[in-house]
Amino acid sequence: MRYLPLTDRDRSEMLAAIGVDSVDALFADVPSAARLEGLVDLPKAKGELEVERAITEMAARNIAAGSVPFFIGGGVYRHHIPATVDHLIQRGEFLTSYTPYQPEISQGTLQYLFEFQTQVAVLTGMEVANASLYDGATACVEAVMMANRLTRRRKAVLSGGTHPHYREVCETYARFVGFELAALDPALGDAEDLTELVGPDISCVVVQNPDFFGEIRDYSDLARACHDVGALLVVVVTEILSLGAIRPPGEMGADIVAAEGQSLGNALNFGGPHLGLFASRDKYVRQMPGRLAGQTIDADGRRGWVLTLSTREQHIRRERATSNICTNSGLCALAFTIHLGLLGETGLTRLARLNHATAVGLAERLERIPDVQLLNRAFFNEIALRLPRPAAAVVDALAEKGVLAGIPVSRLYPNRVELAEVLLVAATEMVTTTDLDRFERELKDVLS
Amino acid sequence: MSALRFTRDHEWVRLDGDFAVVGITDYAQSQLGDVVYIELPKIGHRVEKGKEAAVVESVKAASEVYAPVSGEVADINETLTADPAKVNTDPMGEGWFLKLRFDDPQELDDLMDETAYTRFVAEQH
Repeated sequence: MRYLPLTDRDRSEMLAAIGVDSVDALFADVPSAARLEGLVDLPKAKGELEVERAITEMAARNIAAGSVPFFIGGGVYRHHIPATVDHLIQRGEFLTSYTPYQPEISQGTLQYLFEFQTQVAVLTGMEVANASLYDGATACVEAVMMANRLTRRRKAVLSGGTHPHYREVCETYARFVGFELAALDPALGDAEDLTELVGPDISCVVVQNPDFFGEIRDYSDLARACHDVGALLVVVVTEILSLGAIRPPGEMGADIVAAEGQSLGNALNFGGPHLGLFASRDKYVRQMPGRLAGQTIDADGRRGWVLTLSTREQHIRRERATSNICTNSGLCALAFTIHLGLLGETGLTRLARLNHATAVGLAERLERIPDVQLLNRAFFNEIALRLPRPAAAVVDALAEKGVLAGIPVSRLYPNRVELAEVLLVAATEMVTTTDLDRFERELKDVLS
Repeated sequence: MSALRFTRDHEWVRLDGDFAVVGITDYAQSQLGDVVYIELPKIGHRVEKGKEAAVVESVKAASEVYAPVSGEVADINETLTADPAKVNTDPMGEGWFLKLRFDDPQELDDLMDETAYTRFVAEQH
């Protein structure tokens, strides 16, 4: 039985109809470096068992996150996910549901989205949150574009403490949507004075807290400086658990919070799917991107939920919509909601404190090593260290010893010589005292 | 000249000295249904004839309001923010959107007068 639905003749007829020579010509816009020349060298056919064996063998060459002491963060964090989360999200009613346009058949989905929004608003200290976006990076650029619409200005300032991936996403949008982005160089310590850059032509200033290097700051003064000239403050949070311990952006005067919600309920997932969190002020709700679930009452006066303020969105507003993001990360949002619901406020605070305590234990141990310098003054569960040698080689050497030591900043900023010796290290509740001791011992050994 | 003119996109424009007052017609509001939100330009902002000047959102849809003439926004009806339903109850009066300091009175020439607009609306059905 053939299961390729098209014959060669079908193909050539279709190509002729649109006036193109070959299927390859349709991919002319993809840069050649990103294209595969010829097929991958694979055997023509193998039995299932043989394939399984070969793949298992290959997989065994990976060092899995859960199999060794693991200190990698940098925007994605390995936390414990209670078994309840996976069990509940796999219920068919949740797992296979789609955009809940019809409230009469979607009350379960709409209710959890409403609860999710409530949790995000409370966590961030904001008034209103949407039903999620793809991930923190897209949430960040959506925040910039929302600020551009609200202020009718076209220039945003991006702190050098913003995650470089978020910055790259913003740069891509700026280039193709057409707005100006003043992205500052990565800055350690207090090198950056953002208030100086705030002016009447600026739509918003984007800062991250804790920043990419783990540093925590109070942005209340910056918020005031922004508001004085009619600009907005966007606060990015890549480790949402930090809000169980530190002051939420809303209390600092943030106008928009764009965050990554992966830390609660969601695994590392090889970098995605993740969960974009987006919260703002009530007065700006009409310019918010993404879905919003709202509470209402039905014909019998009973409480129920619906999608609301949908005229902002592309299924109604077409190209004039506040965003082209339509489908949220519903299942990831559900996992977040279940995990946070299980934790409760007390549990969240305790988990956050445990993370911080573990990171303090890590900092104390690593600082004891000669020539290793802690670069942070205030941090949550991630720190930046300056090593006496380029960090990339040290990380490789530690991986050989079975310790995943963190991210050499040079991986994300390959051209910045001054950052070559900087290592980002995260410690969550998954890290044990034994792991900490082992890291200290092995790092000392590698550096000696 | 105190002229009242209409566009094919169902805006009305009334001359008031050097200014042109702009709103949407009774027909437009009846088609939109309950108006829930109005987005107005900033005072001092320039608008071009035929280009977007404001947005009106009802329970059914969100639509752009186009400038019937080019000019600078001299005033906006801020009371609509608190009470957008005025557009439904009094579209040609209290439900006005904005006041323009217009450039060229000749731009009014290709707009419809009331009789022509009434006929235009009748032809829509």
